[in-house]
Amino acid sequence: MDLSYSGVLSRKKDILKRATGIDYGEFEISPIAFNYEGLMRTCEYSLEDAMGILQETGVGQTPLVELKNLTELVRSISPPGKGGRIFIKDEAANPSGSFKDRRAALSVFNAKKLGYRGVVAASSGNYGAAVASQAAKRGLKAIILQEVYDSRKVGQPEILEKTRACEGYGAEVWQLTVGPELFYIMLRVLEETEFFSASLYVPSSVKGIETLGYELAQQVFQREGRFPDLVVITHAGGGNVTGTARGLKIAGSDQTTVVGASVDLRGLHMASDIDFNRKSFTTGHSGFGIPFLTWPDRTDVPRNCARGLRYLDRYALVTQGDVFYTTELLAKLEGMERGPAGNTSLTAAIPLAMELERDRILVVQETEYTAAGKLPSSQLTFAKENGIEVRKGNPRDNIPGKVIVIPERIEQIQIEEMDLGKIRQSYIRNVLEMTKVKSPIEDDILFIAEDSKSSVGFVRNLVDSAHGERADSV
Amino acid sequence: MMSDAKKGDLVQVHKIVLKPDQRPDTLPESTKAVPYEGWVKGFLLDESANFGDEVNIETLIGREISGVLAQVNPIYDHNFGIPQKELVYIGNESRRRLKR
Repeated sequence: MDLSYSGVLSRKKDILKRATGIDYGEFEISPIAFNYEGLMRTCEYSLEDAMGILQETGVGQTPLVELKNLTELVRSISPPGKGGRIFIKDEAANPSGSFKDRRAALSVFNAKKLGYRGVVAASSGNYGAAVASQAAKRGLKAIILQEVYDSRKVGQPEILEKTRACEGYGAEVWQLTVGPELFYIMLRVLEETEFFSASLYVPSSVKGIETLGYELAQQVFQREGRFPDLVVITHAGGGNVTGTARGLKIAGSDQTTVVGASVDLRGLHMASDIDFNRKSFTTGHSGFGIPFLTWPDRTDVPRNCARGLRYLDRYALVTQGDVFYTTELLAKLEGMERGPAGNTSLTAAIPLAMELERDRILVVQETEYTAAGKLPSSQLTFAKENGIEVRKGNPRDNIPGKVIVIPERIEQIQIEEMDLGKIRQSYIRNVLEMTKVKSPIEDDILFIAEDSKSSVGFVRNLVDSAHGERADSV
Repeated sequence: MMSDAKKGDLVQVHKIVLKPDQRPDTLPESTKAVPYEGWVKGFLLDESANFGDEVNIETLIGREISGVLAQVNPIYDHNFGIPQKELVYIGNESRRRLKR
């Protein structure tokens, strides 16, 4: 058997078909368009079924906490009459400490139901721990593949903590050095073991997050008699945004503004051995957030069910320093010590709450657990050891990979609003380039419009001008 | 002579998964220049072994893997880090502002 990089990758279609139990070919309409809802329905559990499955392993039904002290502080710096109520969904209360348990719960349940003896996940983050934990509960074996070390064998402390957690749950963990070959290893392990691929991008994984959106909408409604006005969701691969938005809709919360938030790491290369340990966040950042909006089908499965651009109303970036400051606030003002990566959306919520009237409700969709390697002090110590300058000042002076600036006052926390119009344009251009389709058909235009939350007119204009460019260049 | 590890010890082994010339060309230079390496833990199956030996282990899920012996009874040494002067003022300052 050809175990070379190209050899294994050439077999990926068959390996993944066996490892996911899904024939993606059934849902293809054209090289551009596919039947998204049809693919989502291959996970045949209703929302109620899903919540029942999650309950069996202690996942979900997490507390919704109103952050009264933080809201008061934000009001004190807001224009008169402004300063919406900030609520937070304490997803750290899940068994392995994050909302990822909701994704793992359905995936692992599925794997068991389909008769697989084990599951494989490629994750350096909370998802790996969630899969390992759920596998332990369901009696399946788990193999977790992590990208941990640069070539000096220096490991990101947050990922080392994940290794510890996964091994604590009894999983076999592979710690790898930097590189996209993680996918190659995943394929090799799947081929060897015939385990289930617990991908983040299959229908059941996204469905798991629908329970989160549904729950938070219900909880707000029960307490306040109405639905949330705005929900802030940490965005990387898109599953979090997709699942939450879908869950909100199912609950009837269809007027809620859906805002994605990521840590700004622009300028850093995600496959670079040198840049790897120059960042303090391993996920929930722009390095995944932007590419996954402009080309979602870049995943370990042929069609990605996590499609952020389909659901986002707004997309905001925050700086690393802002998130560390906010993490301190959450602990000292609200008595909730939570991991920094899980506070990305809380950070964006501060300036967002200032835009809202005082009686409006804003929900921060997650928290994550904290432990050695995850506290701001672990990350900042590590940053300094790796040549990053850390200082107090104006966060706008930060330079990802070089300088982390911790705000001196809460007023300095701002969001950088990303232009979704431009992102939609990039997505449409990528679709044409990646599929090499010269003349999109009606179905393609409709699909692209839905997939980018835009309109047929918008898409047609862009397609026509792309043609114009090509004609000029001939 | 005492060996570094004996049968049944929890150990960590090292593997070179891909040599630099086996890695895809699309990588940034700094990454392509170095091998793609991996580490995994398990229980030593050989009677005894020393660091640097090629050994067989049984992983935490019972699979048999081979690799080069790297650590015995590996410690998790990630920690909470050093207290940061850039953070310590945040809590008290915010509380003062709330009281005003």
